[in-house]
Amino acid sequence: MTLLHIEHLTHYFGGLRAVHEFNLELQSGELVAIIGPNGAGKTTVFNLITGVYRPSEGNIVFQGQNLIGHKPHEIVSRGIARTFQNIRLFKELSVLDNVRIAHYTRAGYSSWEALLHLPNFIKQERRVRRETLDLLGIFGLDGAAETTSKNLPYGQQRRLEIARALATRPALLLLDEPAAGMNPAEVEQLMETILWIRREFQLTILLIEHQMRVVMGIAERIKVLDFGETIAEGTPQEIQNHPRVIEAYLGEEVAA
Amino acid sequence: MKSKFWKRWGLPLVLVLIFPLTVLLPKFGIINPYIDLVLKYIGINIILTVSLNLVNGYMGEFSVGHAGFMAIGAYASSLLTVWVFPRELGPFLFPVALLAGGAAAGIAGLGIAFPSFRTRGDYLAIVTLAFNMIIKSVLENIDVIGGPRGFMGMEKLTSLWWVYIVVILMVFLARNYVFSNFGRGVLSIREDEIASGLVSVSTRQVKVLTFVFSAFLAGVAGGLFAHELQFINPRSFTILKSTDMLVMVYLGGVGSLGGSILGATVYTVVMEGLRTVLQQVGISQEWRLVVAPLMLILLMIYRPSGIMGLREFRFLVPREERPEALAEFREQARAAKGAKEVVP
Repeated sequence: MTLLHIEHLTHYFGGLRAVHEFNLELQSGELVAIIGPNGAGKTTVFNLITGVYRPSEGNIVFQGQNLIGHKPHEIVSRGIARTFQNIRLFKELSVLDNVRIAHYTRAGYSSWEALLHLPNFIKQERRVRRETLDLLGIFGLDGAAETTSKNLPYGQQRRLEIARALATRPALLLLDEPAAGMNPAEVEQLMETILWIRREFQLTILLIEHQMRVVMGIAERIKVLDFGETIAEGTPQEIQNHPRVIEAYLGEEVAA
Repeated sequence: MKSKFWKRWGLPLVLVLIFPLTVLLPKFGIINPYIDLVLKYIGINIILTVSLNLVNGYMGEFSVGHAGFMAIGAYASSLLTVWVFPRELGPFLFPVALLAGGAAAGIAGLGIAFPSFRTRGDYLAIVTLAFNMIIKSVLENIDVIGGPRGFMGMEKLTSLWWVYIVVILMVFLARNYVFSNFGRGVLSIREDEIASGLVSVSTRQVKVLTFVFSAFLAGVAGGLFAHELQFINPRSFTILKSTDMLVMVYLGGVGSLGGSILGATVYTVVMEGLRTVLQQVGISQEWRLVVAPLMLILLMIYRPSGIMGLREFRFLVPREERPEALAEFREQARAAKGAKEVVP
């Protein structure tokens, strides 16, 4: 089943064409990677999908519904969650609150019930707290529930960000360079984590990554961007030997 | 180990026990009228500070025109008690007048919030500044309510015990709001607005809701203020009044209810104390006006997070949000889950 269908996606920043004619068809359960040199437009694609930017042209259809023109929070509620290239936790807030915030649309009480501290508010708050602690428990973070999130070690901050994204109950998870700044052992663990959450939470995953270990290790399909253009697409084996990919990463061969 | 009973009912019991004091102390002249007045001002200022703290502290936006909302509350409630409500029912309908004043301010807040929150940044500061000035000139130009001469005829309905009840109620509402889904949404906007939207917070909704609630609180405080002085005029609600509120917020501590209470109390006492001191020393009272801005500057340099910082008094945190309660919830969650699978 097609989960996400993107066609002719094009975006300009002023005169700069950041993304051009980007097409993508994601089937449910797939794990696809987008790679490319810095500035290739990968994060822009994520920002377009999640509604941070409105594309200049093109269509993004998720579960049969067009996402163009919708606000980020509406798109999240429809089942697309993401993490960020540079971790964007709510730094001064506790680990618990970071994840509880992601329950915003599913809190189950009105502002009146909250203001007056009515029984339904108390009941729903307990439910949210319980779900959050369960989720944190899965990530081994429940012991740190009251810790201010900026005080967590780097690797745990990455995990917390993934946990926070999962709390919105996504069908599609966008991971923006999850392995950035990790050492080889942590990268190894991260790859297992990604595969594990895909299985346990029945996710489809779209991944931006620079570390080839991760991309070649877990992605089923790869798209390569360079200067906003899609220059190659295929399985990890095909991509590894693709002349244009090598050219984009290593430069052109110079005639002797 | 304190018993469960005290944990649950300790605070309400203390609050109820203090109540008779707020009735009896002024009545039998145990505290003189001046102390009584200062205590009432402290109460009114607590509500104002909590109100502004929601926007400037919790949400991280910057409003400089909250005196405008206070003015709307003051005028709306006064018009009701003087023109609409029968005089003999005044004392009973006083809460209705206060709520109506708050509601009127809330509606004005809605009008400000909708256009202002389309963008972020300094925009709100400019809009609220203009709003404050507009409210003042509008009031000055409506002749039926006294224009620049002001409006009077209210009875002295604001007693210490009324202030006491209203402060408790408003702080209770604010606490409930802050420790809810919406309050956490507000905090997340302050931390990182983009990320906030991307974890499903409807940032626009939260901002508008918070601003309206904040305006409502300022309006209620305005009603109390009007029925204490029994005379209001547009000059009471200028940018100077808004500056007072800013000082109290930053003195007490941004993003803290306890800080708002402390800030309002300390500031009111210092400003009143200064009145006496200046008189004793024989310096013009005008110098009091220098103190507020000076305090603001010194605070920003030496203690930008205020007295409380982002901390909170224990009694202002709902029981279920306190650390020991969370530890208990965590144990329950772990026990119920058993040894379930954990992320590698």
